[in-house]
This record gives sequence, structure tokens and C-alpha cells, in this order.
Amino acid sequence: MIDLSLLTDGGVGWLDASGPSSHLVLSTRIRLARNLAGRVYQGRNSESEREDILQTVEAAARDTVLLRRAIKFRLDRLDRNDRQLLHERHLVSKELAGLDADGRVRSGASLLVQDRLGVMLNEEDHLRLQGLHSGFALDAAYAEVDRLDAELGQRLAFAFHSEFGYLTSCPTNVGTGLRASVLIHLPGLVLTKEISKVLQGLAQVGLTFRGLYGEGSEVVGNFFQLSNQTTLGSSEFELLDHLGKMVRQVMDYEEQARQVLLRDAPAIIEDKVWRAYGLLRYARALSFEEAMNLLSGVRLGVGVDLIPDVGMYTLNKLLVYTQPAHLAASEGIAPADPDLPVRRAQFVRKVLESEVGRRG
Amino acid sequence: MSCEQCREREAVIHLTQIVNEQVTTLHLCELCAAEKGVESPGASPKTPLGTFLAAMGQELPEQTPVPRTGDNCPRCGGSLQDFRESGRLGCSECYRSFEVPLRDLLRRLHGSTHHLGERYAEGSGSFAPPDRPRATDLREQLRLAVETENFELAAELRDRLRVME
Ligand SMILES: [Zn+2]
Ligand SMILES: [Zn+2]
Repeated sequence: MIDLSLLTDGGVGWLDASGPSSHLVLSTRIRLARNLAGRVYQGRNSESEREDILQTVEAAARDTVLLRRAIKFRLDRLDRNDRQLLHERHLVSKELAGLDADGRVRSGASLLVQDRLGVMLNEEDHLRLQGLHSGFALDAAYAEVDRLDAELGQRLAFAFHSEFGYLTSCPTNVGTGLRASVLIHLPGLVLTKEISKVLQGLAQVGLTFRGLYGEGSEVVGNFFQLSNQTTLGSSEFELLDHLGKMVRQVMDYEEQARQVLLRDAPAIIEDKVWRAYGLLRYARALSFEEAMNLLSGVRLGVGVDLIPDVGMYTLNKLLVYTQPAHLAASEGIAPADPDLPVRRAQFVRKVLESEVGRRG
Repeated sequence: MSCEQCREREAVIHLTQIVNEQVTTLHLCELCAAEKGVESPGASPKTPLGTFLAAMGQELPEQTPVPRTGDNCPRCGGSLQDFRESGRLGCSECYRSFEVPLRDLLRRLHGSTHHLGERYAEGSGSFAPPDRPRATDLREQLRLAVETENFELAAELRDRLRVME
């Protein structure tokens, strides 16, 4: 088992619900795609070239301020549970963790992480710089990753084209290489059935959405990751500014949807959120998906002041620690163990009980 | 990700539906999606790459000196065919080897081919401040936005041009 306690805050600082608008926005993520000049990309390079890339970048990173004390995880030397654990913490992509259908980990696949910053190595691109902040914090998150980019850029030669900008393995990332995403909870828009319209509108203004775990993942628990679709033809500032404005608008729509629900169907909403709470509090077996959907209901209830005594931090904690690899690790069983739903329900009950006391 | 229907072909269409107040996403290949009566990916903003890749090489003007599909990048050995299949290029040199079709692809993906963000100064290993977006680039983007009926973007570009002028 890997020791995640080596990381400051265990790599889950983003769930502390301390950031701006944290009742709606869980976290803000920035990633920059970079490749080393003169080297073949991941799809066509060899094991020894990937090893060399890892060593070159790590040496440069140890020379920076921001990653000097970074913890290194070699995904290619971890077992599947540990890789899944890192993925559930949003520290590595599904691809890097080798959790795709073929289940293979690429040799050299690694992660350097220090505080809120990290670099994935030998992912689709040689380097994927990333920063994860609590709440809605595009500017702060970008500023940090930008500093890391500058530090690494002074020590490494990046592939850059005078017209196209930073070159990437997939042309969808060319230019700035920037993908900014905001993980937002939108139960009001889902309940009022406005969500499709909102998502369509976002597509029209050049934004896209994904599920809880990023690329190719399902939407669970009404969590959506909103991000920029294009990376070329606008400056980083313009991309962030545009995304920020649109997210603010979506937040307004969500608040309006909640007001409509409370005005037009108060009894239904009240029943719905308390029912979710009741199930979490007393159920004896919970699948991950069911837990996520019930947590979404309770989160809505807390957000509109129907459910007192439950903190957003507790809800975020439940979100992370009820995930299969996390729960399995803390219970000392395998993620595929048939007992997992029972353990999950026990865990949720225990956390809620200690939060609200016996009376709740 | 493979198609949830046939579990054979690559899923290129991601259909989001709301059933019983739950959002679900259906991942389908082009064929299964067509069987279900879903529009081709051309109409789906989530997967622009698939269509563009499929169209690449077919719509290129005859007179442009484009490498034939069989030609390979001298640096990495990859071909346009490899790119179409994997969606990934083999190396930075590919951007030169397949410049014409890639420029076309970039324009269609991003509405522009001009990087306007931070610039990496090659050799010196240091940064230069980003170029100010040039009015000509913005005008080109505006033309494209109007052409594709992306009026919201068009309005924004118009505002930006007004500020610059
Ligand atoms: Zn299929
Ligand atoms: Zn190449």
C-alpha cells in the first residue's frame, strides 16, 4: 500500500470546502500540456526514451522551488488498487493509472506531486502540469501552475511552434495547452430538467463538460466538470475569463432553479432531501453510485438550508472516502469484495453520526 | 472507450440523457449511434475530432503538396493514417510533415491557427510576454464565427475588436 499521508493534507486539500462558492463548486483544476523538444511523443516512443524523459524532467523539477520536495509515484510499479486510489484523488488521469479497458500501465508513467501542484509524466504528452484548488478559484489555480510552467520552462526545452504555440500529441490541446475545469454540483438544474439546455448553451460558447473523473467519465451525483473546449486562438487570460464568466452564469441558473423548486414544490424537495439523508443515515448497504446520488440530495438540502448540522466538508469527505479504492483501502479489503456496499453504509453512518450526534 | 452497444468499436458519440432525474451518458460508436437515430458526430460538439479526422484527406484541394496517406514523418515514422486511427501525432515534427492538413484541422477545431497565449522563447529557455491578439486574427475569427452562426462568439469578438480600434 502506498502511503498517501506523505502528501501534505494527503493530496485532498481541494475537498476542504474552504474555497470561494464551495457550496456549488467543489474544485478548480488547471492543466497545461507540454512536450520536450526533439523527442518523439508517447505513442511512438520506446521504454528507454520514456525512462529518459522521466529522469530529465524529475531532475529539472528537483531544481525548482515548487516541486523541489515533490513525492514521486511510479504508476508502473504500483498495484492496481494504489493506482485507482491516486485516480480517485484526482491526482492522475485514468489513462496514466492504466485503468482503461485494456488495464495496462505504460512503462515510465509517473506522478510528481507537492502540495496543490503536480506533473504527470509520460501521459498522452510528456508533461501534464496540474494544479487543483478548493472551490471556484480559476485565477489562483492558474497563477500557481503558470509559475511552475515558468520554472520548468527555464530548465527544459519545450516543443513550441511560432504560429501554433505549444505542440501536443493531440491537436485539440495545441496552442496554450491549457484545460481549465470547474467541478460543479447542479442538482437544481437536473431536477428542473433545465440541464440539457444549459449544457447545449455551453457547447455553443465553446465550453464542454465531463463527469466526475474527467475525460470519458460518467456524470454521477449531479457533478459536472465544465471546461474550455479550444486551446488555440485565445490567450490564457481570455480562456480563463470566458470560462469564469460562463461558470458564474451557470451558478446563477442553478441558484434560480433551486429557488423555483423551493417556491413551486417545497414539500417535494423537502421530502426528497430528507429521504436522501434518511437512507444515508440508516441504510445497511450502499453502492457507490447510490451513495453519490444520495450525497447529492443531502448536499442540495444543506445548500438550501433545509438540512442543518451537516457541513460541506463532511459531505466532500464522504464523496472521496466512499469511492471503491478508498473504502477498500481503509477497510483492508479488495475493491471488488462483495462486502464493500455493507462497509460503505457502515462508514457513512459512522461519519454522519459523529457529525450530527445521536439526535439527527 | 469502447461502444456500450456493440462493445467492439471505439465510442465517438457521447449522448447525455436524463432518465428519472439521473444524468446518464451513453457512449456509442458511429454505427450504433446511427442505428439509434442519433445525429452524426458532425452535429455533436463533444467529438469534433472524429469527423474532422474522417474528413481529412478527402476535402483537401488537389493542388496543395500534401503528403499522400502513405507518406511518413521523417522524425517519428508516423503517417496521417496512424493519426486518423489513434487521434495522436507521433512527434513535434509531424506538425511540419503534415502541415497543410493539420493547419486545416486546427482551424476547424479551434477556429484559428494562431497561438495568442504565452510564448516560449526557444533556446534561451525563458518566457516572453504573450503577443497582443492581432486585429487581423480576430477579424478572421469573427468571419468564421459568423459563418458557423456562432453569434455569441461573434458578438464577443466584435467587442474585442472595438476595444482595440
Ligand atoms: Zn457500437
Ligand atoms: Zn512525427
